Amino acid sequence: MEAFLHQVLAGLATGGIYASLALALVMIYQATHLVNFAQGEMAMFATYIAWTLVNAGMPYWPAFLLTVGFAFVLGVVIERVIIRPVENAPVLAVVVVFIALLIILNSVTGWIYTYTIKTFPSPFPTQPVFGKYMSAHEGGAIGVTLVVLLALYAFFRFTPLGLALRAAAQNPESARLVGIRVGWMLALGWGLAAAVGAVAGMMVAPIVYLDPNMMGGVLLYAFAAALVGGIDNPAGAVFGGFLVGVLENVLGAFVIGNELKLAVALVLIIGVLVVKPSGFFGKVLVTRV
Amino acid sequence: MKLKLAPIAALLAVALASPAALAQKKYDPGASDTEIKIGNTNPYSGPASSYGTIGKAISAYWKMVNEKGGVNGRKINFISYDDGYSPPKTVEMVRKLVEQDNVLFVFQTLGTPPNTAIHKYMNAKQVPQAFVATGATKWNDPRNFPWTMGWQPNYQTEGRIYAAHILKSNPRAKIGVLYQNDDYGKDYLKGFKDGLGDKVGMIVKEVSYEVADPTVDSQIVQLQASGADTFFNITIPKFAAQAIRKAYDTGWKPTHYLNSVSASVGSVIKPAGPEKAVGIISTAYIKDPTDPQWKDDPAMKEWETFMKKYYPEGNPVDPFNVYAYAVSQTLHQVLKQSGDNLTRANVMKQAASLKKYRPETLLPKIYINTGAGDFAPIESEQLTRFDGQTFKLFGEVIGK
Amino acid sequence: MSRRQLMVAAVLLLAACALPFAVSDYRTFQFTLALVYATALLGLNLLTGYNGQISLGHGAFYAIGAYCTAILMDQYGVPYWATLPVAAAVCLGVGFLFGLPALRLEGLYLALATFALGVSLPSLLKYHDLEKWTGGVQGIVINKPQPPLFFSSLGLPINQDQWLYYFTLAVTVLMFVLAWNLLRGRIGRAMVAIRDQHTAAEAMGVNTAMVKSLTFGVSAMYTGVAGALGAIAIQYVAPDSFNFFLSIVFLVGIVIGGLASISGAVYGALFIQFVPNIADEISKAAPWAIFGVFLIGFVYLMPTGVAGAVRMALARLTRKAQNP
Repeated sequence: MEAFLHQVLAGLATGGIYASLALALVMIYQATHLVNFAQGEMAMFATYIAWTLVNAGMPYWPAFLLTVGFAFVLGVVIERVIIRPVENAPVLAVVVVFIALLIILNSVTGWIYTYTIKTFPSPFPTQPVFGKYMSAHEGGAIGVTLVVLLALYAFFRFTPLGLALRAAAQNPESARLVGIRVGWMLALGWGLAAAVGAVAGMMVAPIVYLDPNMMGGVLLYAFAAALVGGIDNPAGAVFGGFLVGVLENVLGAFVIGNELKLAVALVLIIGVLVVKPSGFFGKVLVTRV
Repeated sequence: MKLKLAPIAALLAVALASPAALAQKKYDPGASDTEIKIGNTNPYSGPASSYGTIGKAISAYWKMVNEKGGVNGRKINFISYDDGYSPPKTVEMVRKLVEQDNVLFVFQTLGTPPNTAIHKYMNAKQVPQAFVATGATKWNDPRNFPWTMGWQPNYQTEGRIYAAHILKSNPRAKIGVLYQNDDYGKDYLKGFKDGLGDKVGMIVKEVSYEVADPTVDSQIVQLQASGADTFFNITIPKFAAQAIRKAYDTGWKPTHYLNSVSASVGSVIKPAGPEKAVGIISTAYIKDPTDPQWKDDPAMKEWETFMKKYYPEGNPVDPFNVYAYAVSQTLHQVLKQSGDNLTRANVMKQAASLKKYRPETLLPKIYINTGAGDFAPIESEQLTRFDGQTFKLFGEVIGK
Repeated sequence: MSRRQLMVAAVLLLAACALPFAVSDYRTFQFTLALVYATALLGLNLLTGYNGQISLGHGAFYAIGAYCTAILMDQYGVPYWATLPVAAAVCLGVGFLFGLPALRLEGLYLALATFALGVSLPSLLKYHDLEKWTGGVQGIVINKPQPPLFFSSLGLPINQDQWLYYFTLAVTVLMFVLAWNLLRGRIGRAMVAIRDQHTAAEAMGVNTAMVKSLTFGVSAMYTGVAGALGAIAIQYVAPDSFNFFLSIVFLVGIVIGGLASISGAVYGALFIQFVPNIADEISKAAPWAIFGVFLIGFVYLMPTGVAGAVRMALARLTRKAQNP
């Protein structure tokens, strides 16, 4: 029983990692109706910027805030400079551009910083919490993810800007007609998603150690988590992240062994999607013929 | 009567010059009066890219050698391609090196699957596949594959060393194993199990992980729950650090055996936290650059100067960079021994004629020995234990 | 096919046949690989380009085909050419079976499902219960095929690399002709109709479920045959050769080459075979970054792929010719 509880808590801890990146994926989807495969690498790159700042002597919180700001600007720039020219290209062509971004970011980071792992500091105290089952950082990271989630929820639900963002993504033509600057809304969406990604990266790095391939494995789980929670629902994405984390751990430890746990977890998720195609909390979209 | 010195001198000159004149230069493709072309593939991209620093360090080594005049007056042209650890790409790049770039031989190709993919080809083409960068056992087979040779102590031997140590010091141990689910992890595991022999039942739990996994925390929790009191940790540096830290944080205090690939103070112990790593046992055959006991060691100081001058972007705490230096020194010795006979056959012959050779970056009392039937250059290692500051050697040097 | 298209195809075929005698063995080997990728990309294009079903996991079918060949050759001594029909049949079946539940999924969800397939297959190949078949992490080494004695008896010496090239070329041409035939016919039109107007197609009486699953099967079969040819060309299969990145490379290939285009498969194959090497020559420090820049450049300049750009250029030329 204790082993089971331990695995569940460990699963919540890794789930927190997936949840934070899933949140960024959902953000970008809500703003642009596209899944940005480069989200993980953008988060990783931002984390390296933070590492450079901290290594140069800056204390943690200023470096954190500066990095989030930098990531926001980077997201806006990427949207304006790289994504804007292919706005009207077929969807798959845009996906290839995302893939290209992923490759470029990964390669450039590896070139600048080498592939040796680096430690990234944590703002949370070092003694474990919840007995020995979860470190304070892992608990703190989950807390930060929930805070970001709440902030995003409030932003989208209660502010005019959030409303404008959602409108621009759902129906660009109508949004333009009511005076919303759709182009800048897209850029803003990218900036926000990049900022959320940067937070995710800085929370994840102390747990998994910083290296250019840090987010590669996380991306798949985050994608699955975002879908299972409903791709347009930030809370669903966070729920999905925890679900995937716990499922993966429990399956690996008690059901199928570590070699196949990824395959089985994904099969289960797809099973859910076959039964409930819009995920647990997604909205069912009815299209008129 | 005065001795006519001049004719005697002339006779002497001829007598002395003849052997030299008789020692002709012999070249195979890739060798000439002015250069020797050496080929290599390394994973500079992809999931195994942390090994790519080896190729870069080797490249820097030959740059240094060239600046100091080369080998026997010839410059080394070291050509290295990225194979991303993907065997089809390795085949393509090695074929390019052999058939298009016309290298004399291929050196330190990295990884067991990549080397397996080119194994038959190199031997069919009779081009040396020298000092491959993998610890698999199959490279020591001169009868069937006379053109392939390994260098580092193989993983199975290391696994057996740990098994022997456990049998001797704690015969009632309950062992948990964490291994990477690929050839490297499985090779270690095989050696370990072979070493335990019929006591293999001492392993109460074995769990694997993939390189693409974000963490191994779940696996550590599983091992702890199994009641194991001894832990054999077969992971690469990133996951080794995670494993050490998680084990400590969950309060699991097993006797911890760590594979030598990750026994690095700078790349693994420091990130994990040195206080969490006290008592970890490993083996070593190369000096660790972050180990304080080698602070004033002349060989390590030479290495540090090399790193600063020729490979400044390389990581000075990464033991892979010392590995690269040591294996390059070994090849350097082989090339020196080859003299002007730079045929592929002679290079292999010289590689198989190293007797008690020692690059000084190896641990004391570790020697390189090769022979016509012995294509395993390094076969000895020594146990080490981390005492909070450094990996202290203990016991005898094990192996030949 | 118009007379002009037929002539172009004939010229290309002649050039392809002459290739091994004009270039080194190493280049011949590279072109053999390019042919293999062309077949693989054609498979993916059938599914994604012509039928609109996205797949991020086609590397898995490539792997299944490759392993079929390797296991048959290594454990049962089956000659290399006889493994191809088996690989084709197995992949057709697996693809069809995968396509059935995939009917319920669309767009992103299908992407995830195929993503999952692509990611999990290496783990399955390494699974220790299957090790005695798949060779586990050590993989399987197979022998390089010898050219048939027929040629040397005629006094025409062709070596192993050249023979493999011609063998691969023959199979590739066959596969392309079959695909061209399929797309021209009723099923091909049904595939495209489903992609463009799913509901209308159904209303018109197209059995969308059957066509979609069949397309999955045929698409998997093509990529599986390519995998088999690839295994024969490299003579080695190992689980980590078929990781998720391979599926991504295939997707990139069809987009760059041109979606819904047979010639696109060839352009895409040339791109994914040769451009990484070019990128490596341009920059040793960050070659994949250069590759990424190439990708973005191609997408900017030719959003409908090379085939699309070629089509537009040809159209403009013929228009000019008609209106001088």
